[in-house]
Amino acid sequence: MKVLAAMSGGVDSAVAAARAVDAGHEVVGVHLALSRMPGTLRTGSRGCCTVEDAMDARRVADKLGIPFYVWDFSERFHADVVQDFVDEYAAGRTPNPCLRCNEKIKFEALLDRAIGLGFDRVVTGHYARVEHAQSGVEPPAVERSGVELPGVERSGVERSGVELHRAADWAKDQSYVLGVLTAEQLAHCWFPLASTPTKAEVRAEAAERGFLLAQKPDSHDICFIPDGDTRGFLAERLGSDPGEIVDRDGAVVGSHDGVHGYTVGQRRGMSLGVPSPDGRPRFVLEVKPSTRQLVVGPKEALAVSRLAGTRISHAGAPHPRLSDGLDIEVQIRAHADPVPAHARMVGDELVIDAVEPLTGVATGQSAVLYLGTRVLGQVTIDRTVAADELVTADASVSAGTSVSADASATPGERAAGMRGAE
Amino acid sequence: MRLFDHAAATPMRESVRQALATAEPLANPASTHREGQRARAVLEDARERLAATLGAHPTEIIFTSGGTESINLALKGAWWAAADAGRRGAIVVPVAEHHATLDAVEWLERQGAELRWIGVDGHAVTDHGAFADALGGTAASAASSSSSAAAAVATMLVASNELGSLQPIGAVADASARAGVPLHLDAVGAFGHLPLRFAETGASLMSVASHKLGGPHGVGALVVRRDARLEALHHGGGQQRGLRSGTQDALGASLFALAAEEALAELDAESARLRGLTERILTAVAPLPGVRVLASDDRLPHIAHFVVEGAQGESLQFLLDEAGFAVSNGSACSAGVSRESHVVRACGVTGVAPLRLSLGRTTTAADVDALLDALPAAIERARAL
Repeated sequence: MKVLAAMSGGVDSAVAAARAVDAGHEVVGVHLALSRMPGTLRTGSRGCCTVEDAMDARRVADKLGIPFYVWDFSERFHADVVQDFVDEYAAGRTPNPCLRCNEKIKFEALLDRAIGLGFDRVVTGHYARVEHAQSGVEPPAVERSGVELPGVERSGVERSGVELHRAADWAKDQSYVLGVLTAEQLAHCWFPLASTPTKAEVRAEAAERGFLLAQKPDSHDICFIPDGDTRGFLAERLGSDPGEIVDRDGAVVGSHDGVHGYTVGQRRGMSLGVPSPDGRPRFVLEVKPSTRQLVVGPKEALAVSRLAGTRISHAGAPHPRLSDGLDIEVQIRAHADPVPAHARMVGDELVIDAVEPLTGVATGQSAVLYLGTRVLGQVTIDRTVAADELVTADASVSAGTSVSADASATPGERAAGMRGAE
Repeated sequence: MRLFDHAAATPMRESVRQALATAEPLANPASTHREGQRARAVLEDARERLAATLGAHPTEIIFTSGGTESINLALKGAWWAAADAGRRGAIVVPVAEHHATLDAVEWLERQGAELRWIGVDGHAVTDHGAFADALGGTAASAASSSSSAAAAVATMLVASNELGSLQPIGAVADASARAGVPLHLDAVGAFGHLPLRFAETGASLMSVASHKLGGPHGVGALVVRRDARLEALHHGGGQQRGLRSGTQDALGASLFALAAEEALAELDAESARLRGLTERILTAVAPLPGVRVLASDDRLPHIAHFVVEGAQGESLQFLLDEAGFAVSNGSACSAGVSRESHVVRACGVTGVAPLRLSLGRTTTAADVDALLDALPAAIERARAL
């Protein structure tokens, strides 16, 4: 195969590229320049787009004896990831820029170019496993039965056998940030680190191969906010837009400088003039940019039982039973534990009811659906329903698996507990 | 690999490689002992020989580490010298210069220099009328009363390093002389490809580099006319008129001189041959969909530059590289990222993929045949992406 190895200058993508070379493929390395004003040197463990990172990637390519290029994706990155990040916050949602970068840059802009240039696969250092269909394997039931799900582009039969799974090392598993990839994208992906037991082994392998970057620290933060000050970054771009802080009954309890500085589940950084009735700490329950309001309340009110959204992607063939209802696990953050839940389609909306309530769920986040190790896909959360509100609103229906389509958004629910539908 | 990027660096000449391989160890040319004297003789021979190829006096040759250093020494040195004399004057600079010039003058702007930018036409040829007006001083025309103070220094390429278009150096040098403004000519890409006699240009300063004509990398020179006032960038032992302190590289200088002599000896024949080959390329690509040739007819003989509309430059370069053709879009930054060319933009053209094919003495007609076989398909494919 002819493969394009995306090389960030980090340990993982270096070892992934090396394994692709070892496997006997024709490998070309490419480093994506994502910053419009790249820094010269790395500072600490932050950032991943400096000239030094490009050089680290280049030195690995030199050692591997593969051609290497730096491609400028800074315009696309700015438009699709950075601006999207700012816009989402401005709209009161909490985006995941890494997921967005995978969706729009690595596995769209880069992948499209790679395919156009004659490559079969894009190789990255992600910890996740793609299973490609073997030739001769019958297409799964979904294709034969012709079930079509909303929000799904019908993919070719040969693509329908592609599956995305968690990596062998659950501690490093990155399947969450890849949950947004489609069957078509996955069919052209190769993650050679999928079955590596631990990150330590990857570092050891890098050292063995003589890569100087073997002990380079992992990058943790958002790469385009190298100082880690997300609030400052947003304030600089969105300015000050003061508004009220209200409790769940609508009573004004304080003020803020702009809703974009707040995320659901946040406790600190609020100036509340009115103490809570019971004297207990209050948390951001909801961010409402249209009225510039923050809704705050007790910690219990953060518990969310229902997530729903219409921006759905299926990592492979859509699961045939998803339309009627399926017991799955849902994960709402890159490093959160998956929790048991029930998912079903209601009209064009995917509705997920968690068996145990979740906390810290914000609109804009992606909920990734798992069946065992397999990633079924993801939905961007448009609205959530608090656990207590769901119980009171849907008095006749439990938050369990028997909720009917009609009951999923009753007037009572909309009035009482639904959040983030603006 | 077929090299179509001689303008970035042309392969070292065989004679130069031989001379390098058989070179005797040299002492420090500044040493007063006999070994030092021997090294000094090698160095001064080189200076005289290079001066002869440049039509300059040996005293006027300051060896440097290459084109960028020469340009920086010329512009910063001249501006500082004027500032020392109490004149924090302006710098006259066309917008389509090499980055060594642009970045140096923009740095000087942060030190207090006024920059007078001069536009270029659609062929990246400098507007010499605007240039003359911007010089100020006695030569300023009545129409340009706004900038009457004479500039501290003016600079211009001899030929565009990207498009190859020749610049109006005669008109600009005359105007500079009339205005009493020292003129620096950036001849880094042109030296060895055009007949160039420093004394006849009327310029005060001229930058050249060795690797553009088959000498070693890391060697260049600034030609400094006797009456030019210049501050040094490097301070130390006071070598080279105090303008460039540091132990002198006698071997590098001699290899540069050797390469320059050879280039000059074959200049007429090579210019005609390469002009013919680049003509063939431009004639072949001009009718292709989306292709535009921007360079003027008066251009460096070894450069064929054109732009492709609706194509992504990185992809076009990749496809040609993969097919065995080393090409350039004209410029690259330190991270290896190709940015949109400021020269093409200055020509009023945006959103295109520029391709600079530069030929050299190792380029054969067969290389050009092969390129012309591959080029249309690569362009079409890059446009389809």
